[in-house]
Amino acid sequence: MISCGLKRVLSCVLVVGALSSGGAIAQPTQSNTLSISAAFEFTSLDPSKNGFIYSRMQVLETLLDVDEKGLLIPALAERWEISEDAKTWSFHLREGVRFHDGALMDAEAVVNSLSIAQAKHGALRNAPIESIQAVDKNTLVIRLSRPYTLLGAVLANYANGIVSPEGYGQDGEVLALSATGPYQLHQFAPPHKLVVEKFDDYWGKKATIPYASYLTGHRVESRVLQARSGQADIVFGLDPASIPSLKRLPNLALYSNAIPRTIVLKVNSGHPFLNDVSARQALSMAINRQGIANGILRTPGSEAEQLMPAFLSNWHLNRLDNDNQAQTIKPDALLASLGWKKNAQGMLERDGQAFELTLITYADRPELTTVATAIQAQWQAIGISTKVQVTNSSAIPMGHQDGSLEVALMARNYGFIADPLGVMLSDFGANGGGDWGAMNWNNAELSQLLSSLEHTADPKQYRDIAQRSAQLIYNERPMIPVTFYVQQTSVNKRVAGFRYDPFERSFFLNEMEFVKP
Amino acid sequence: MKAMLLKRALQLVTVVWGVGTLTFILMRSLPGDMAYRIAASRYGQDNVNSEAAALVREELSLDQGAFAAYWHWLLDLLQLNLGHSLVSGAPVTEIVNHMLGHSLLLALAGLLVSILIAVPVGLLCAWRGNPLDSVFMGLSSLIRAIPVFVLGVVFILLFALHWNWFPVAGFGTPAHLVLPALTLALSLAAVSNRVVRDSAKHTFQAAFYQFSKVKGLSAWQTFRRHGARNIAVPVVAFFGIQLVSMIEGIVMIESLFSWPGIGHGLAHAIFARDIPVIQGAALVMGILFVALNTLVDMLCLWIDPRGVRQS
Repeated sequence: MISCGLKRVLSCVLVVGALSSGGAIAQPTQSNTLSISAAFEFTSLDPSKNGFIYSRMQVLETLLDVDEKGLLIPALAERWEISEDAKTWSFHLREGVRFHDGALMDAEAVVNSLSIAQAKHGALRNAPIESIQAVDKNTLVIRLSRPYTLLGAVLANYANGIVSPEGYGQDGEVLALSATGPYQLHQFAPPHKLVVEKFDDYWGKKATIPYASYLTGHRVESRVLQARSGQADIVFGLDPASIPSLKRLPNLALYSNAIPRTIVLKVNSGHPFLNDVSARQALSMAINRQGIANGILRTPGSEAEQLMPAFLSNWHLNRLDNDNQAQTIKPDALLASLGWKKNAQGMLERDGQAFELTLITYADRPELTTVATAIQAQWQAIGISTKVQVTNSSAIPMGHQDGSLEVALMARNYGFIADPLGVMLSDFGANGGGDWGAMNWNNAELSQLLSSLEHTADPKQYRDIAQRSAQLIYNERPMIPVTFYVQQTSVNKRVAGFRYDPFERSFFLNEMEFVKP
Repeated sequence: MKAMLLKRALQLVTVVWGVGTLTFILMRSLPGDMAYRIAASRYGQDNVNSEAAALVREELSLDQGAFAAYWHWLLDLLQLNLGHSLVSGAPVTEIVNHMLGHSLLLALAGLLVSILIAVPVGLLCAWRGNPLDSVFMGLSSLIRAIPVFVLGVVFILLFALHWNWFPVAGFGTPAHLVLPALTLALSLAAVSNRVVRDSAKHTFQAAFYQFSKVKGLSAWQTFRRHGARNIAVPVVAFFGIQLVSMIEGIVMIESLFSWPGIGHGLAHAIFARDIPVIQGAALVMGILFVALNTLVDMLCLWIDPRGVRQS
């Protein structure tokens, strides 16, 4: 009986051993692999779906790149020209660029890749493109039906990364992500793990670290522990509460970087309680932004009265702070001027109707739920009853379309297209709003201003129009900003050369190296 | 035995059809627009909008009626085709295989370690009685009362941070398996050692057991001949049930240790309304449930052949 039992136990151990060794990676080891941990999952090789991760891991590259200030710089195209009527863009490709499958990149391959991207979901689909053609081996021309200054920024978006023709299937599906970056795919284990290997035939600065791995860490506690233990060299999206203890560790360097993402309230300006600008202003004034920034997010100074952070200087209003301090009207007075009166319970009522709102938010970013409940309490203090519903992010565009949305709290990325105009057009464009922007709010002047920016090439004129647009949005409050995002990152000191990309396009792996002990 | 296997085969067909149909009805009954949910999972929170939802709706023919969609699914199932994920486009068999492989590995490792803890502890408690029994039973109640997530964090703090023996999270090497398996095992052993202890106590106090001692057998001979098998039947049945519930119920451990198992995958598929993946995973779980129950029944019959005569 005992020997039989032992055999069974031993065979189980062998099975477990065999199963676990089956998944082992042969080459990458802790000493030759830079390990990265962040929150977001990936499921597909397709740049239009999960290109952000391949762009950050430097597998995927675009025709143009973006510097820290959001300005376009050469990438796979070493230079580009725009015709006088601003409707023809010519791109001169870098010579000698190889795909990871060994093929040379030429204009035909780029045209193929962009044409496939154009047919999929993404900003390129909405660009006024008439044709994309290869003129010669290293030149391609994009012709537009109307001037569109955004094209460069749109081409720099990850969804428009250039993939080898051999990587696509018949219907344009991506079968193998053979691109041009300094790293190539080594292991693809969705939704958690990605390992990349340095590409020796890279055209630019070659990587020195042989491998880099990305591990999805869903729980922030787990990511913090990975940073502490040294299992992960770089951890993105740290919990602000963990920063003080991490700062004390001698093996970690911590970085706090402003990014063009803002926590903002989307307001249904057609709602009978919110259709007056005074009501929206009262809601905005009742929010204790400093309290949220300091107490909940623990990022003092991140409070936001306007949509764009200071480093997006064209769209950021410098004089706003002074104006705000000068403001002395109380939210109660504004609401009283609209006929709202407090009942015996201290809640606002008008014509027998209580001031009740439903605020939706989503759990993808855990801080949103906490901020939503803080706002709920702060509005309660001025007599507004708010029901907070935590749902899926898709409920926001859906609620916009079917008109059911009242207020939504979200984290809007204004740098999704490197030029914020891309997001501004979709949020405040011709129809007076957008899925993630204003709702039932029409301002002809703003629509006209944003539309004119699509063909404004002069930087000064561009800035003037952008500033006027930002002021209009601030005055009318179709969206109510709460705080700017600050990305908290830890980097193990065995790694040198880390720098943070505010547009979250690249981890700059090829600039990093391991410090010799 | 043949009759039992035939009965189980019929059960399997019913379970496959029933689970698939029920999943389909439940997923279709959920509020909200499927196209938006799928688009959010496909393109991410920054890139989901009504245009993406329209594209998804058109590509996946989501406008077709529920009956037509069900009919397509049933026809595909008859051809053993589970379809493709609505989010990633990858074959469901590939996704389920990846997730289930990791879940089985973790569940088997956890179960094995829990057996190694629970059986000796349970037997010792039944054998020695108080005060050892009370100490271990109190300890197991305490461990069971701690949420499995907290237990995992404690292990990470000790074994990954303090001693730096094992990685905090991830998968791919045997070292990655240790902490999640240990967390799972300890949580399971806290319950199963009671089953072992109760079964052993019941056997040790039985008249036939006492009689075997009286007739002159040594303590070890008595245990080997008359104890082990009698104790094993309820214990094996309990471990069998535990294994199934473990595979589907270890979401917290998978999430904490970034382990790509089926519990976590299923939760994400439900959020994304990825119906083919949900149906595929539910089907495989149903099949696994029937298969494991059959295996446990066979094992119990082998341990105690009196069951054959009774049936």
